[in-house]
Amino acid sequence: MKSSRFDATVLTLGFAFLYIPIVILVIYSFNASKLVTVWGGFSLNWYRTMWSNQGLMDAAWVTLRVGVLSATIGTVLGTLAALSLTRYQRFYGRTLFSGMIYAPLVMPEVITGLSMLLLFVALNVDRGFWTVTIAHTTFTMCYVAIVVQSRLMTFDRSLEEAALDLGCPPVKTFFKITLPLIFPAVLAGWMLAFTLSLDDLVIASFNTGPGATTLPIKIYSQVRLGVTPEINAICTILIGLVTIGVILASLTTKRTEMRRIRDEHDAARAEP
Amino acid sequence: MASASATSAHPSAHRSHMARWLVVAVPYLWLLLFFVAPFLIIFKISLSDTAIAMPPYTPVFKGFDAFGDFASKLDLENYLFLTSDPLYIKAYLSSLRIALISTFLLLLIGYPMALAMARAPNSLRPTLVMLVILPFWTSFLIRVYAWIGILKPDGLLTLLLQAIGFMGPDDQVQIFRTDIAVFIGMVYSYLPFMVLPLYAALEKMDATLLEAASDLGCPPWKAFWKITFPLSLPGVIAGSMICFIPITGEFVIPDLLGGADTLMIGKTLWTEFFGNRDWPLASAVAVILLILLVVPIAIFQNQQKRVV
Repeated sequence: MKSSRFDATVLTLGFAFLYIPIVILVIYSFNASKLVTVWGGFSLNWYRTMWSNQGLMDAAWVTLRVGVLSATIGTVLGTLAALSLTRYQRFYGRTLFSGMIYAPLVMPEVITGLSMLLLFVALNVDRGFWTVTIAHTTFTMCYVAIVVQSRLMTFDRSLEEAALDLGCPPVKTFFKITLPLIFPAVLAGWMLAFTLSLDDLVIASFNTGPGATTLPIKIYSQVRLGVTPEINAICTILIGLVTIGVILASLTTKRTEMRRIRDEHDAARAEP
Repeated sequence: MASASATSAHPSAHRSHMARWLVVAVPYLWLLLFFVAPFLIIFKISLSDTAIAMPPYTPVFKGFDAFGDFASKLDLENYLFLTSDPLYIKAYLSSLRIALISTFLLLLIGYPMALAMARAPNSLRPTLVMLVILPFWTSFLIRVYAWIGILKPDGLLTLLLQAIGFMGPDDQVQIFRTDIAVFIGMVYSYLPFMVLPLYAALEKMDATLLEAASDLGCPPWKAFWKITFPLSLPGVIAGSMICFIPITGEFVIPDLLGGADTLMIGKTLWTEFFGNRDWPLASAVAVILLILLVVPIAIFQNQQKRVV
């Protein structure tokens, strides 16, 4: 029993360490004072300033578009990659392929960013919205592949086999059986890809061009000039959006999971 | 009869073969073009000369005809420059040192957390995992930014320590823009990446092993070192690599929290590229960083393959 008190202490301290800085940041976004460390009463003033900051709003719009596009393409590619890795044990260059999936996960961002930029320059592509989107797609698809792959590994293939045995073509089987079953993982992968894209400063800085300043680039340049409550305000909104997204996603997965368990229960009961 | 069924099955079999081929080929080609090809290019450009132009380097080769020309023009000038200036060597060593210390600190803090999570009641575990993952969903930049407000000389940590009387009203915490602030930022940002692989390894562990050890009179601390820790080693290796490799090339944390004397190679590369606009030198810096990280990356890949 001694160890359980130790565990509780460790977890409390650990989570305090993880959450206190974020909580402080959110609280100070409602600070009336211009000084970040002095509390001057509650105010929504910084949200108003932020809203009227055209540069910041433009950057937010660019970031949103890059995020949705790159997460969507990345999810399609990542799901295909996960299928290749789990379903096809043998194809030419499989080792290289799995290497290309795992390496971007740990590759320092400065290397990925710089090397992609040099590719775009070599191909004579103008840097801007599309180069950032492609760069984000490339590194986020690997995260999606990992998430979907872990779902596919615990996947019960008997349903697919039943469909195929009954003459359903493989492509149709995928869309009717496999995809609906792995959908929670695909959705989780999309969300992960979207937040990673929303979050990225380094890779976007290398690959951006005129008119494609993303929010992290904007925030970074403002942070370098000094800490202002306006940044706290935009950060709070981002944190709020992400929290809502994560809660919605976990509720959806929980509901599908519950339905699955209930269905299995019913099926088991129906059996003689 | 047999031939009739073979021909009728043929179009569908052909289509499924095509689909199968596409499933592999599309992501494969994408990664070859946008992940592997850039590395070949970065390697090539690291061997070329700097030029004041857009792009600011003299291409080493223009087209495949000029291959002989290419070989004769290759030069190791950028690499020689990197070895001749002690600043770069210091930056590499300092990056490795900071990454090693950070990874060690992460293990020190992450291991007890992961262990506590794995020993928590079953019903509580998903919530605990969620709580570890949630900060990871909020922006990296925002989390580093949050620490600036805390660690600044006139920041919240100073105010707190002054309020509880630990510090005189004129004293200030001198952590911001030092290596200590960098370590705090690294541990804070990478903690979920350390805790989750450790938790995954510890959670799978068979609890009866520890019971058996305790029945046979093994004290808990000894059981930990003899049973729990060795069995969690795959998690330790995976977590350490997932943290160590990106930390070595980290840019944002040393730039925002570190001081002028915090040397890290990610910062050097950034300055060479954005400040000095020396693309070939920045490429050479990146190539050497990549060479330094080949061994840890290989360990990581091996570990992942064994898990799968």
